[in-house]
Amino acid sequence: MYGNFSRKRRVHGMLKLYYGLNEEGKTVDQAESMNPCDINGTHFDPEVYLNKLRRECSLGELMDQETCMVKQIRSLDSDMQTLVYENYNKFISATDTIRKMKNDFKKMEDEMDCLSTNMAAITEFSAHISGTLQDQHAQITKLSGVHTLLRKLQFLFELPARLNKCLELQAYSQAVSSHRRARCVLQQYSHMPSFRGIQDDCHAIMDKLAQELRQKFRDGGSSAKDLSECVELLLQLDEPAEELCDKFLIHAQSRLEANLRGLEAETDILEFIDRGCNEFVSSLCLVIASYQELFVNRPQEGELASKNIPHMAIGKLHAFVDAMATCYFLLVERRIQEEKSVGDNSLLVRALDRFHRRLQAVAKLLPGSAVPSQGTEIVVRAARERIKQYLAALQRFYLDSLRDVRQALAAPRLATGKDAPASLPELLSSLSASILNQIKSVLASVHLFTAKDITFSNKPYFKGEFCSQGVRESLVVNFIKFVCQSSRQFCESAGDRGGSTPPALLLLLSRLCLEYETSTITYILTLTDEQFLVQHRSPVTAVAALCGEAREAAQKLLNHYVKVQGLIISQMLRKSVETRDWVNTIEPRNVRAVMKRVVEDTTSIDVQVSLLYEEGTRKAHSSDSSKRTFSVYSGSRQQTRYAPSYTPSAAMDTNFLSNIHKLFSERIDIFSPVEFNKVSVLTGIIKISLKTFLECVRLRTFGRYGLQQIQVDCNYLQMYLWRFVSDENLVHFLLDEIVGSTAHRCLDPAPMEQSVIEVICERG
Amino acid sequence: MEDDAPVIYGLEFQARALTSQTAESDAIRFLVGTQSLKFDNQIHIIDFDDENNIISKSVLLHQAGEIWHISASPADKAVLSTCYNKNATQLLSIFVATSESRVVTCGAVWRMPPEWESGSHESPDDPHNSHNPQNLELLCHLDNSAHGNASSVLWEPMGDGTRVISLADNHALLWDLTESSTQATISSSATLEGKGQLKFTSGKWSPHHNCTQLATANDTAIRGWDLRTMSQIYCIENAHGQLVRDLDFNPNKQYYLASCGDDCKVKFWDVRNINEPVKSLEEHSHWVWSVRYNHSHDQLVLTGSSDSRVILSNMVSISSEPFGHLVDDDDLSDGEDNNQYDKSKEPLQDSIISTYEEHEDSVYAVEWSSADPWLFASLSYDGRLVINRVPRALKYHILL
Repeated sequence: MYGNFSRKRRVHGMLKLYYGLNEEGKTVDQAESMNPCDINGTHFDPEVYLNKLRRECSLGELMDQETCMVKQIRSLDSDMQTLVYENYNKFISATDTIRKMKNDFKKMEDEMDCLSTNMAAITEFSAHISGTLQDQHAQITKLSGVHTLLRKLQFLFELPARLNKCLELQAYSQAVSSHRRARCVLQQYSHMPSFRGIQDDCHAIMDKLAQELRQKFRDGGSSAKDLSECVELLLQLDEPAEELCDKFLIHAQSRLEANLRGLEAETDILEFIDRGCNEFVSSLCLVIASYQELFVNRPQEGELASKNIPHMAIGKLHAFVDAMATCYFLLVERRIQEEKSVGDNSLLVRALDRFHRRLQAVAKLLPGSAVPSQGTEIVVRAARERIKQYLAALQRFYLDSLRDVRQALAAPRLATGKDAPASLPELLSSLSASILNQIKSVLASVHLFTAKDITFSNKPYFKGEFCSQGVRESLVVNFIKFVCQSSRQFCESAGDRGGSTPPALLLLLSRLCLEYETSTITYILTLTDEQFLVQHRSPVTAVAALCGEAREAAQKLLNHYVKVQGLIISQMLRKSVETRDWVNTIEPRNVRAVMKRVVEDTTSIDVQVSLLYEEGTRKAHSSDSSKRTFSVYSGSRQQTRYAPSYTPSAAMDTNFLSNIHKLFSERIDIFSPVEFNKVSVLTGIIKISLKTFLECVRLRTFGRYGLQQIQVDCNYLQMYLWRFVSDENLVHFLLDEIVGSTAHRCLDPAPMEQSVIEVICERG
Repeated sequence: MEDDAPVIYGLEFQARALTSQTAESDAIRFLVGTQSLKFDNQIHIIDFDDENNIISKSVLLHQAGEIWHISASPADKAVLSTCYNKNATQLLSIFVATSESRVVTCGAVWRMPPEWESGSHESPDDPHNSHNPQNLELLCHLDNSAHGNASSVLWEPMGDGTRVISLADNHALLWDLTESSTQATISSSATLEGKGQLKFTSGKWSPHHNCTQLATANDTAIRGWDLRTMSQIYCIENAHGQLVRDLDFNPNKQYYLASCGDDCKVKFWDVRNINEPVKSLEEHSHWVWSVRYNHSHDQLVLTGSSDSRVILSNMVSISSEPFGHLVDDDDLSDGEDNNQYDKSKEPLQDSIISTYEEHEDSVYAVEWSSADPWLFASLSYDGRLVINRVPRALKYHILL
């Protein structure tokens, strides 16, 4: 309360200050001018001033004051004189002027009197005239009223004719507006027979008109603008809005369907989408726009407002658009599905982009519609489908490349025998390079889906799932898995006879898988991750797992290669042992041709493998392995083994010796996994071959020369095979077993002299 | 529970032929035929005393020649058949004389002398036990000179010992023996026709269908024969990638057949669907020479291979007892161990039960004992016979 009060006071004070009032209601100026010492003030008192000067000032100062004062007085005097002089003349002229004015005023007074009398006369006249004209004026007003009424009546009477004419001229809007003007009146006076007649006529005509409008509406030939005009008119004619909506939409539907039919014949996807956009989507937009203008956004007036047309209309529109869009989407999807050639992805992406972009227009026109999201789904589906197609294409490409490689492997062998092995590394590098290129080009194609300028690339699917699940998993990872799997199939489906798959292909694929394991997989996946910025939100296949798979495939292929090659040599050996009559053979003079063939084949396998695989490690051997080890065996040991074997106790010794020997040698796994190097591969093949040799020998019975022939053969093999294997003792051991078993199966075990064997072997 | 150590017995000669004495159901007894070109061949009758873990042997001379195949009559303990090469010394003499000779393999039915059981029960450690072994008594030759080399002789399973099939080159010959088995006559025969030199490598007489079926192997194919008409009823071409070495019928499931071969695989077939094997195992690292179903528990499958290993597999999923043994065989179980085992068991998975590595040379034959279903023998080329048992844990698992 107090604060409020003091503020009020302050506001008052400020107002007072403005008006020059102080607290006591006096002006400050007054207080100042009250000072009697102010020489220019009104209350100046010379006495007081003098006294003050005298009291306050020294003599000098007084003197100065006086001089100053005198000076001022003088100047004031002269000023005054000048003023008086100047103003005198003015006074005189002023006096003259005043006198002249006095005369003029008198004259003017007379004229004013005259004017007033005239005015009075005019007023009188005027009153008179008005009095006389009063009657006529009322009559004229009445007449003009009648005239207007007559005009209106004429309009009414002429209305049917006019409407008819309008109808003839097809000026429907004029007719409708005319009718609208008359309608209320006619309605009002319909109890009068004449008006009723007119009304009936009008109704008939308007019905006809409405009929015609509807006809026009139905015909469908008219443009959208015409159509909307029609609808507008019909609405004004109180046609039920719902029916109109339906009709409008049905009509639109027929046109849109015509558009759709036009689409079906198209060939090029881009052209197809273009036409779809330009014809169907833009028609649809037009329909939506005009529909909304006609039914939804109309200013609501009178009774129409109560019917809540927009709500109903919007509902119908949504249903309609959805239905039409579904048809369209069906077409589009079918068309997209036809798009199977994977050559140029950009066309499809551009088409999809356009498709997607144009649907945004619908979204803007019709907020809340499901159409754009459905469109996006179509795009997503198309993208998924595309990835599948690319995977299939990659797989096809891979199989085709393999077929090419196969042909390349087969062809030179027919033409020039020498080129075949030389081209193996080239084939490998060209194969892996072409696959890699294909993957890259596919990645580039797929990458178009996520390009910045593509409207749908910022959809969540294309940012996340498409990259990780789609491209990385479904495409790249699946392809790598396919490579491994199809490689593995070569080991299984080809059958154990190994006839259908050329061994060189197995070797090549094994190397390919190994390369995948060491570098290619990592490279491809890194490339993918970089290009697609894969975010590993969802679990994805790890690089290590894929590498493991590739290595497994490589191992399996190499094992299979060893098995197949081993089998080929085995078959030769087996046939050679089984078909010969070893009891009745002649004394050996040569190494059997099949042994030379075995050595030749082993050498060519060695060359083949060395093209793709590294040498590998082997146990150290002496420079003269071929002779030394074998001579030890066939010289000293053989004697102790065979010579005494005619007595039963010696037979025990033989077994005993052989068992002791086995005790100290490691067990040999024949079909065991090999390492990724040449020596290991060759060792595997030789192991398989020699073991077969051994088993076959054990099933036969030999004569003396049969044994000797085997001795020669084994010596020959020893001479040439030791260099291929990791541990020459292995060859030695197996050959030892073969000769030993042969001796056991021999009816007349008389071994050949080592020197003779050597001579025969060296002769070749 | 410790499993008993394997029992090893060494023969002086190399050997391929092994069989259990089929007609014997009390004693655990195996017959082994030796292969020697220089000495008289022998048939070792090996008795195994399960309780004392002791092997005792008797030796019978088989002077006719080296034995490639041996099988025992299902009816008469003392009767057996062999396939043998003509005696080497005879061969040699022919060879020396004419320098033109042929190795001929014959089949014959023999009777063991009645005294062998009483006479020569000596310890195998005694080196002098084989000094005067007795000879086998020849009952009859399965004279097949017209048909080629005999590869095996098969007795009618569970028969009365009067019907025998011999496989000779590409012929399967069904013989009828007289009561005393002293005479054999061919009652019917089947011949495998085709290009090239076809040769049966092995065969098996099916115990099902009233013993009217025979399965044979040649090269990579397995064929089934109906013995009533001697016609082929099925043929599994390319059953194995390479040579098929052996066959065996599942004793409890009439359409199931196991085969093994040079592709290191063991395959199980349902002969009603010959396109695909039911199951395929690849555990051996060299040719598989022999496959045998256990006579009573057909999930137990024994294989022997030239990688010197014997593998015992548990093929529960394709056995006649895929969910374990449903009825308790109280008379077979040990009794005192019953309580230790939980009766509610998980169904077993197919698995390798055990790999036996006692051999150091190729194992050409494996055989289950006909008396004890938990015991088996394997024979390697160097003449080593190993007797093993199914691990006890598994045994109780199957029984309980």
